[in-house]
Amino acid sequence: MTALQDDPTLPNRAPAAAASADSGVETPFRRFVSDYRESSVAVVGTVAVALIALIALLGPLIAPTDPYDLATVSIMDSRLAPGEAMMDGRAAWLGTDGLGRDMLSAMIYGLRISLGVGIGSGAIAMLIGCSLGLAAAYYGGRVDTLIMRVVDIQLSFPAILVALILLAVLGKGIDKIIVALVAVQWAYYARTIRGSALVERRKEYVEAAASLGLGDRRVLFRHLLPNCLAPIIVVGTVQTAHAISLEATLSFLGLGLPQTEPSLGLLISNGFEYIMSGSYWISTFPGIALLVTIVSINLVGDRLRDVLNPRLQR
Amino acid sequence: MSVFIIRRLMQAMLVVLVMSFLVFAGVYVVGDPTQILVADDADQAERARVIAELGLDQPFHMQYLQFLGGALSGNLGESFRFNEPALQLILERLPATLELAFVALAIAVFFGIPLGTWAGLRPESPVAKTIMTGSILGFSLPTFWVGIMMILLFAVILGWLPSTGRSDEITYVLGFPTTLFSLDGWAHILLPAVNLALFKLSLVIRLSRAGAREVVHQDYIKFARAKGLSESRVILVHVMKNILIPVVTVLGLEFGGLVAFSVVTETVFAWPGIGKLLIESISFLDRPVIVAYLMIIVLIFVFLNLVVDIAYSILDPRVRLQDMKS
Repeated sequence: MTALQDDPTLPNRAPAAAASADSGVETPFRRFVSDYRESSVAVVGTVAVALIALIALLGPLIAPTDPYDLATVSIMDSRLAPGEAMMDGRAAWLGTDGLGRDMLSAMIYGLRISLGVGIGSGAIAMLIGCSLGLAAAYYGGRVDTLIMRVVDIQLSFPAILVALILLAVLGKGIDKIIVALVAVQWAYYARTIRGSALVERRKEYVEAAASLGLGDRRVLFRHLLPNCLAPIIVVGTVQTAHAISLEATLSFLGLGLPQTEPSLGLLISNGFEYIMSGSYWISTFPGIALLVTIVSINLVGDRLRDVLNPRLQR
Repeated sequence: MSVFIIRRLMQAMLVVLVMSFLVFAGVYVVGDPTQILVADDADQAERARVIAELGLDQPFHMQYLQFLGGALSGNLGESFRFNEPALQLILERLPATLELAFVALAIAVFFGIPLGTWAGLRPESPVAKTIMTGSILGFSLPTFWVGIMMILLFAVILGWLPSTGRSDEITYVLGFPTTLFSLDGWAHILLPAVNLALFKLSLVIRLSRAGAREVVHQDYIKFARAKGLSESRVILVHVMKNILIPVVTVLGLEFGGLVAFSVVTETVFAWPGIGKLLIESISFLDRPVIVAYLMIIVLIFVFLNLVVDIAYSILDPRVRLQDMKS
């Protein structure tokens, strides 16, 4: 569009186009942003999430050392207190662990794994859960009963139990833990999207799309799905935080990631061995990193829930 | 009422049956127990003998029926590690877990309901905001890490409480072994119980806050005030009573959650319960114990769901009526 067409004084324009193109007019997205910004805690959380994501993305570039490079890691550096100098003269700001790895570097690398596993499993669970939930709502009848019965039964057991059962059967490894986390999460997405899809399905635009002769898949994914997204975004943020926490817990129990891929949870677990002898930093700092990550994501999720919930709209 | 209970009972039995199938299929069919049970240098005849002894040469449905038959008569197989019946191993350790879960639940309820009600009655006060921030933290803090930090603070740095384990001073109350009647018992259980309670405490706070905020605007509260009842009577009797319905559900359902989640707390605090047994069994690939643990947990869950459903239908007749119509 050219600037001329955008001029609101020009006549003969469709009203819908005027609303979306005009910079001063309130669009749903702008209203969402201004609502969201009203809570300063949520803004802090959002900034923190962005920072954490940036640290994870840039990981190898900003970490002082490469904690997996055996050529530079020395066992002589093991269990140095925060601030002490390592063999190569550099200070270990957050101390070193039992193998002589710089904690700060190990945490940055661990954060990458924790976030990767959390977000990756969340994305797969969202895909599976949303497809099944939409199918349940759209087809109804037996499909609906079957899918929702499975969801109900699964949700009546705590997530950690389901994950424990699966890992007991599957064994260790990053792929296995992702399978377990997906299995734990999909039901939440399925239930959430089914709820909102049942409401949306009765609306006229779905009927219109169907009577135009569009295929089931097109109606489901192009018409129904976009209108059910708001609650899914909320569940997505909360579930990601939950998945990160659960992965850390499972790794701590020795059922999650192997030692070659230490997430934050595994770092904490490794430090637990030394806690009695007073080497507090090995468990404490990765724990704080984990906590800040989870709290920030939860703050964002909480705010999104408040802003996107139509029942609470003022 | 009895029709309702019978229907729920049948549903519960179906869930147990389905879960027994899934657990059996998962644990017994995916892996190969002979790899652990038969020595590497055993010859073919020896292998075949062990396989026949364990019934592993039978088709899957026969193996499942045998397992089911054994389970019904209380035989869930023998532990590979201890050479003892798996069920007995679990029942020996169950009291420790139940004790821990019970104390944790008591902490969550006795602190959670008053704090949540307070936050709900005065939602804008700084105290309420502090309580709610605390509950967000309670949801976000990973249980195992809090446990480690509690050991660090109270056992290593301050030296006030023992870091791990359960007291040896056991008293039998109606045949149930408990350590709650000795000071040493409380010193040992305090840290793990608080650790296990934190998550549920946050949940109870949120539930009672939401309940209180909803209830205070109801007509019967206004009426109770209009009658001139004292504020404490209005809150303690009229508000609290109506918050209790969701909390009863929590009491029931979350108790099962506590037993399941005690896996984490028991591992951190070396508490000799069934959760620690499970983790050890998983690392030793002790399949009969894993299956027995899972079946018992499923039974506990289904039983609690049933009790809560029935209690609910007594507290709130609408639940019962709705179920009858559908």
